[in-house]
Amino acid sequence: MTKMLNGGKMSAQEPTEAVTASRPSMKAMDTSVIKASSGAPVNNIFSVENVDFYYGEKRALKSINLEIGEKKATAFIGPSGCGKTTLLRCLNRMNDLVLNTRVTGQIKLDGKNIYDPAMDVINLRRRVGMIFQKWNPFPKSIYENIIYGLRIVGINNRSYLDEVVETSLRRAALWDEVKDSLHKSAADLSGGQQQRLCIARALAVEPDVLLMDEPCSALDPISTAKIEELIHELKDTFTIVIVTHNMQQAARVSDYTAFFYLGELIEFGETGKLFTAPEKRQTEDYITGRFG
Amino acid sequence: MQKPSQSEIQKRVEGNKNRDKLFAVLGLLSTLVGMLTLAVLLVDLSIDGLARLRPHFFTSYPSRFAGQAGILSSWVGTILVMIVTALAAVPIGVAAGVYLEEYAPKNWFTAMIEINIANLAGVPSIVYGLMALGLFVYQFRFGQSVLSAGLTLALLILPIVIVATRESIRAVPGSMREAAYALGATKWQTTSDHVLPYSMGGILTGVIIGLSRAIGETAPLITIGALTFIAFLPDSPIKGEFPFISFDWIWSPYSVMPIQMFNWVSRPQAEFHLNAAATGLVLMVMTLAMNGIAIYFRYRFRKRIKW
Repeated sequence: MTKMLNGGKMSAQEPTEAVTASRPSMKAMDTSVIKASSGAPVNNIFSVENVDFYYGEKRALKSINLEIGEKKATAFIGPSGCGKTTLLRCLNRMNDLVLNTRVTGQIKLDGKNIYDPAMDVINLRRRVGMIFQKWNPFPKSIYENIIYGLRIVGINNRSYLDEVVETSLRRAALWDEVKDSLHKSAADLSGGQQQRLCIARALAVEPDVLLMDEPCSALDPISTAKIEELIHELKDTFTIVIVTHNMQQAARVSDYTAFFYLGELIEFGETGKLFTAPEKRQTEDYITGRFG
Repeated sequence: MQKPSQSEIQKRVEGNKNRDKLFAVLGLLSTLVGMLTLAVLLVDLSIDGLARLRPHFFTSYPSRFAGQAGILSSWVGTILVMIVTALAAVPIGVAAGVYLEEYAPKNWFTAMIEINIANLAGVPSIVYGLMALGLFVYQFRFGQSVLSAGLTLALLILPIVIVATRESIRAVPGSMREAAYALGATKWQTTSDHVLPYSMGGILTGVIIGLSRAIGETAPLITIGALTFIAFLPDSPIKGEFPFISFDWIWSPYSVMPIQMFNWVSRPQAEFHLNAAATGLVLMVMTLAMNGIAIYFRYRFRKRIKW
């Protein structure tokens, strides 16, 4: 499963990797930094290979290649319109819902291309959960929100559902605040609580990966801190990919950071290194606030 | 251009304020035109018809004697026809609306269907009557029955139901769909668990508006052979013995209230005109009640759903 994109070594049956390795920006990027991190080898759960994305005629992603480490937090940063959210939404094929879009290249989850016609999108989305920029609980009770992912696959055992509700809410650090109002409307919670409810709802289906699309951009600093703390705890169990506008946030929560600009992946590496000693001029300009 | 002086600006502001007041007055007058017309109509009908609205008016069949005549067969007919209309138009209309909004690919073909549905809503009702005469009465041999009438009116209000369904579905935020899809829901699960329940208030409103249009329709029913004088009721839908329920009534001849009204108005005796006014009052109250129910449901559903 560990397929690194280091220049020389590539499997013969995957010609796309040849293209990958030959791209100049990739050479400079050298994903071997992933291997070097924290000593222990990192398995890559996602491998994005030569992905282009089009909204109609507009090319929003240009030959993206990157790998996402299992049980690590990877942050996508970059100015608005740089393609970071588009790439995130490709990872669980949420972009399928957007009309008139097109993807080329491959995104492999455990070695299987998720854009293969044989891929079951339902199963993919149950493995790769998503948290949205604007929290979106259903206008139902807290309890009903959390168990929805289980209800739709026919799980109705009350005691099991009760258990899942509690564990999911505990994992999302929300249990103590709502344990007495599980059957009240989710809409009565505060914004930060609603966002954590959405996290609990995503956790209830036990995904392997959590995609977070600017999960704190509409929250106050205290709620933001709570969610960042949560991300820290969750990444022991889950793979997290987070899109953020907030560079401090990326620096605080992520192990790896990818910097995008105008649809291109400019730089990708260990977070500490990218923020302290970026290799590219554009990255440096962006993280020091010179543009963006 | 020279900068206008402070007093000139002040003058313009005053002028703008006056125009503001002028529109408020004009708008009020326009609103009153509609309101007053309705009020005059109600008062006029009441003066003529109120005296007739006694219990026996609702429990008597039509008669040669205006004083003894009642609307029993026509109000029962109206309710039965409405039941058939609702049972046919609601499932078909809602399903079509959901399909067009959630499932259908957006291309020139669906765009054409959309334009056609909008056009259908404007087709004169008598044209529906002509079509129904050929299709339901003769082709399908449903005859001059409650079933033919209900289906005809269902076709008539189908565009209203479809458009209302689509509009209320469109009002459900896309984020709700995304939330469901991201948890691995299928399109149908997303639609039936979220989109439909959240848009129920609007759909119901559309259905009731459609039914209140159907309840007053006369022309298409005359075309397909509603009776103007009928002194018996359709077979009862509830029976004393097993299986306690019967559908023979759908084959029964019928009359409806607007046709009863039409019949009475066209008589020379002024006495019958009073009956027509009374029937008109009943019809108006029924329509108002239906609209009231629609408002109540919309309020109930909106209150429950917050996002």
